[in-house]
Amino acid sequence: MASTIIPTITRDGAPATKASPVAVVCAALVAGALFGFGLAWSTMIRPEVVLAFLRFQDLGLMLVMGGGVAVTFVAYQLGPRVLPRPLLGGAFALRAAVLDRPTVVGAAIFGIGWGLCGVCPGPAIAGLGAGSYELGWAIAGIALGALGQGITAGKRRG
Amino acid sequence: MTQSMWFPNGALPLGWEHYLFGGLCLGAGVALLFVLTGLIGGMSSVYSTTWSWFVDRPFFQQSSLTGSRVWRVAYAGGLIIGAAAWFVWSGQPTRVAVSIPTWQLFVGGLLVGYGARLSQGCTSGHGICGLASLSRPSLVAVVTFMATAFMTANVMWRLVGV
Repeated sequence: MASTIIPTITRDGAPATKASPVAVVCAALVAGALFGFGLAWSTMIRPEVVLAFLRFQDLGLMLVMGGGVAVTFVAYQLGPRVLPRPLLGGAFALRAAVLDRPTVVGAAIFGIGWGLCGVCPGPAIAGLGAGSYELGWAIAGIALGALGQGITAGKRRG
Repeated sequence: MTQSMWFPNGALPLGWEHYLFGGLCLGAGVALLFVLTGLIGGMSSVYSTTWSWFVDRPFFQQSSLTGSRVWRVAYAGGLIIGAAAWFVWSGQPTRVAVSIPTWQLFVGGLLVGYGARLSQGCTSGHGICGLASLSRPSLVAVVTFMATAFMTANVMWRLVGV
C-alpha cells in the first residue's frame, strides 16, 4: 500500500469538515476535556515536573508522550482506513507539513522557551482548570509571542 | 557523598501510572477529535486564531485562521473543563500552585509562543499529532525542540541556578 491517506499536522486548520458547526464545537469541547483531564492527570500541567524531566531527574514525560502518541497514532492511521468519513461528517484533514527553515528555527526557539519556563501551550491553558492562575503569565507571554510572530511574518506563512 | 547528576532518585521517582494513564487519556482526546470531525488538534494554533477576532492585519485574517477559531476556542475551553474535572476527581486538597518565578513564565512564554507559531506546532502539534502522522518535518521539529529545551533547562539550572 502506497503512502495513502496520512493526515499530518494541519497547516491551515481550515475546517475540512462539513459537519454542523454546533456539532464540531461540542466535539471539540468533549475532546478538549479528555485532553485536559489527561494533561492534569499526567502532571504535565505542573512546570516543575516538566523542568525535572528536562533536567534529567524524572523520565515520566516519556510515558506521557509515548502514551499520547500511541493512541493518536492508532486513530490517525486506522480512522481514514476504516471510516469513509469522520463520524460527524466532512473529511479527514490531511495536510503535509513542510520541512523548511522556519519550522526548524521556530522549534529551536520554542525549545529554549520551554526549557526556561517548563510550560507549553496546552498545559498553560489546562492548568487554569486546576487553579494554577500563575500560568496566566505564561499564557500572556505565549499569546504575545504568537502576535509578534503574526505581525513579523506578514503573509509569508500561515 | 556524591549523588549522580542524572536521575539521582531513579528514572521514575514519582511512579509511572499517572504518567502513562494521563498520556493515554490526552491521546484519547486528540484521537476523539479526529475520529469525530477529522480535525488535527494541536494546541498552539489557538493563540494565533484567537487574535483574528481583534487584529485586522492580513496575516490574522487568513481564512485558515478565521475558519478554525471557533472550534479551537471550544477545544481550549474543554482543556480547562477537563483539568477542573481531574481536580475534583483526584480530590486535591488545595489548588495546584506554581512555584516558577513570574519572569520565567512570561519570558519563556514569549519564546514558546513565537517559536511554536513560527514552527507551526508545539509539543502537541508536532509531538503528538505530527509524530502520530509519521510526519518527517514534525520529527525534525521534535528532535530540535527537545535538544534546545534540554540544553536551556540544564544550563539555567546547573550553571545559572534558576
